[in-house]
Amino acid sequence: MNRRTFSRNMAVAGAATALYPFGIVRAQAQKLRVGVVLPKSGVQGFIGQSCQKGADLAPGVIKEMLGVDIEIMGADNESNVDTSRTRAERLIQEGAHVLVGAFDSGQTSAMAQVAEQRGIPHIINIAAAPQITEQGYKFVFRNFQTAPDIVREGLALIGDLFQATNTVPRSAVFMHVNDTFGQAMAKGIGAFMPRLTQLPFKIVDTISYDPAAKDLAVEVSKAKASNADFLLLVCRLNDAILLRREMVKQRWNPMGIISPGSPGMYEEQYYKTLGKLSEYSISNVPWYNPNAKMTKIVEKAFLKQNPKDKLVFHGLNAGFTFEAILVAADAFKRAKTTDPKTLADAIRQTNITEKMTLGGPIKFNAKGQVEGIGSACVQNLNLTPTVVLPKGAATAKPVFPVPGYKKA
Amino acid sequence: MSLDLVVNVVIAGLLTGLVYGLMALGLSVIFGVVRVVNFAHGEMMTIAMYAATVLFAALKLDPFLALVPVAAAFFVFGYAMQAGLINPFITRPEHSQFMLLVAVAIIMVNALLMIFGPDARNVQVDYQLESFEIGRILIDKARLYSALVAIAAAAALFAFFKFTLTGKAIRACADNYLGAKVVGLNVKKYYSLTFGLGSACVAVAGCAMVLLVDVTPPLGPYYTLLAFVIVIVGGLGSMTGALLGGVLIGVSEALAGLFIAPSAKSMFSFGLLILVLLLRPQGLLGKKQ
Amino acid sequence: MSRAGIGLAALTTLLVAFPAFAGPYALSVATLILYFAYTGQAWNVMMGFAGQLSLGHSLYVGVGAYAAGALFFHYGIGPWVGLWLAMALCVAFGLVIGFLAFRFGISGVYFALLTIAFAEFTRIGFDHLDWLGGPGGMFLRVAQRDVWDLANFRGPPLMYYYAMLFLTVAAFLLCFFLLRSKAGYYWQAIRENEEAAQALGINTFRWKMAAVALSAAMTSVSGVFFAFYYNNLFPEQIFHISRSIEIILGPVIGGVGTLFGPILGAAVLTLLSDGITDLLAALGWEIPGIKQVFYGIVLLAVVMFLPHGIWPAVSRRLGFHK
Repeated sequence: MNRRTFSRNMAVAGAATALYPFGIVRAQAQKLRVGVVLPKSGVQGFIGQSCQKGADLAPGVIKEMLGVDIEIMGADNESNVDTSRTRAERLIQEGAHVLVGAFDSGQTSAMAQVAEQRGIPHIINIAAAPQITEQGYKFVFRNFQTAPDIVREGLALIGDLFQATNTVPRSAVFMHVNDTFGQAMAKGIGAFMPRLTQLPFKIVDTISYDPAAKDLAVEVSKAKASNADFLLLVCRLNDAILLRREMVKQRWNPMGIISPGSPGMYEEQYYKTLGKLSEYSISNVPWYNPNAKMTKIVEKAFLKQNPKDKLVFHGLNAGFTFEAILVAADAFKRAKTTDPKTLADAIRQTNITEKMTLGGPIKFNAKGQVEGIGSACVQNLNLTPTVVLPKGAATAKPVFPVPGYKKA
Repeated sequence: MSLDLVVNVVIAGLLTGLVYGLMALGLSVIFGVVRVVNFAHGEMMTIAMYAATVLFAALKLDPFLALVPVAAAFFVFGYAMQAGLINPFITRPEHSQFMLLVAVAIIMVNALLMIFGPDARNVQVDYQLESFEIGRILIDKARLYSALVAIAAAAALFAFFKFTLTGKAIRACADNYLGAKVVGLNVKKYYSLTFGLGSACVAVAGCAMVLLVDVTPPLGPYYTLLAFVIVIVGGLGSMTGALLGGVLIGVSEALAGLFIAPSAKSMFSFGLLILVLLLRPQGLLGKKQ
Repeated sequence: MSRAGIGLAALTTLLVAFPAFAGPYALSVATLILYFAYTGQAWNVMMGFAGQLSLGHSLYVGVGAYAAGALFFHYGIGPWVGLWLAMALCVAFGLVIGFLAFRFGISGVYFALLTIAFAEFTRIGFDHLDWLGGPGGMFLRVAQRDVWDLANFRGPPLMYYYAMLFLTVAAFLLCFFLLRSKAGYYWQAIRENEEAAQALGINTFRWKMAAVALSAAMTSVSGVFFAFYYNNLFPEQIFHISRSIEIILGPVIGGVGTLFGPILGAAVLTLLSDGITDLLAALGWEIPGIKQVFYGIVLLAVVMFLPHGIWPAVSRRLGFHK
């Protein structure tokens, strides 16, 4: 074929496309290839595997809802920053049109830089470090709260909780892991608390502890000695379990355990390991709306693929991972092409109102961040994470103070 | 800061320290005799913890009872590992030994991940969350029992090394490799025996530990490091040294956590390690080399 | 020129030309290989030359990274100045550790444990330093990436590749000439038999300190590179003992004390790691953890059957005389 025939063919194709504004030219009936990078082994293995469930059910649900074909390309970054980077490069080389990942802020940041460099859209499913969307990236988008968002929403929900249960705790002891979350929370609490005047309590002691610690006796002793009304806790899964046990051993029964926003107490292991002791713990976290139409569809698909499991235990991880892929598919549907730049522009125009997670529509601001993602007050009731606030999404009433509360 | 608080914290630190000491006991024995840096120590304990959970799930066996079969199995396993894998390495340079055990550790951790998956496992016995109450002092039952087991194990080992012929032979190999060979002792066999014994100790520690901590595959390295700190501080090859080192670390971490900042309490242990290495490298109860 | 020399020249030419026919993925892997080759070589100075096993080398990477990173983050000062601060700080740390160790007669396994203790101590310490970002990490501002901005060390991945290549070659040449110098002979004497060396009048303390200082300084440059390549630093990750282990994997597998060992080791291990992942994906065995099991087995095999590392065996085959 020479230049003339080539141009002529292009002209014909162009005319054909113009004459069929709704149709997708045969050659464009492609699949969107979504590269999902998650820590499936290593220290964060259990979280990555939880997120993966959201990715696994995505193709089926999206085909049903949007009529769009997507293919998931998975990669394990082994909880490692170097691997995150090379796996992202690899996925792009193997033809991924969009990237999703990775949960850990360091690993996510490494991927983001690769995505930006190569001009491939990267939709962050979960990662809370605010700096990632402050870098001026054009190809990186985040459909998740930043740590300051999580703090602000979490604290506000605490106020709502006290109002809803007509309680007025005067003091709290703040315990937190000394990691990214914990530190952001500590800062956020310092910044936001003075402004949230509807919160009736003061923090009488702050105890930060090592996330790797296997023995938290000292920490709990200190907390108990503070005589605070309730425990404000920012934790991770393993230390949450240790803490709860230690509280029983030391016979400390405050009004309740409330997390203004951290993993741990809503996760399956917490229930499995602690049984009845897990009851009534509260986590204020981004969550899905149990009453939303999309939730029901996703739940059905989840049960089909994981018959022995429940979506609610993977609510945050799977929910947000699914939504990230949904954003990609939605942009693909509108852009009708897998060209990365066009896709990125389409993503920027995203306005998804029918979604699974709480809060406003999925709309990216100039920095690629979604604002207005809602948090829910999730309480452990009957060994299940149950949304108790906001009222619109609640499936039960909050219980506070807990039945076992003994004033010290 | 009330006296009650301090006393409770110190007692908790003491008991926890004894449990750490139990964990380090096996390493002290191995390191003290074979002089190999077992960087798979924590991983071995993790395997023992999984073994205890499996036995509990299958037979409802209390870990303190399970420790008998698990320790026996580990003795055999340790013996085989030393005889087959490590004995050829005792004359090799340290970095080779280190690499060998790092490779073993990697295989162990990830094999556990493959077999058991990433979720935590544990046992659920009745007394696990109970405490004895003595006035205003609360003593955690599980920790107390584990601490008692630690003391019993140390005493048993001590008796073994002091009073039995095999024990004395092993000590001879540790004190003077060449001399022992000259006298006709089959040093390699005794090394294997020692590794077996040390592994059995690790198994006992694992069974006790599983009552306190849930087990996940990546648990190992944390305990390996801790075990080394304790063994160095307490003194190589000394049973009481391992327990004493454990107690020292346990109590000092507890106090540091109480008066300074809990998140920095490990810093304290490492600081202590550095001090001991510099001022008294043989450890508190170790013999001067 | 000897066979080895020709081989080396050929390899270097190949590496310089590599980006021309390699895709971005291969380039990122190659950059990683060179990173570990360089850092392994730096570690090798302490171990291979002076016989001191350091298992806490992540300390120098971390301090170097944070030093240059902090200057850039807080004051906008570029890495060329940050480099000097990084090296100075790391040399200071190294000298302190060296002094404490050698004056108090600590060697072998105890020295290794001492280095681990220092790295861990620093890791937890940095977790509490909010000025350096604390556990939340330090995020360096990521600027445009299309133009080579050497002053701020920002640019496309190609720039980083060549920077790392340059460092690796420079380190190789440095070690090559050092080994043949007086310093090299002293170091080898000390490594083989310290008492005999002392008896010969060599000030072993001074030379061991020099090796430690040099190793620390070289490693700090890795840290600076890391800071500007990854643009975020977390104490938990950069000071972690697993990082220290990663650093020594290359030299130990490749051949401690040899010049080319660290480079070969880094290459073999990285390619092995990726290769196993690909193989397992092709076979459909996507079970988390299985890749690392295979990796561990290969590591085990190499350590057991090639005690001096891969390079001595390979170089014999290729007919290079040492």
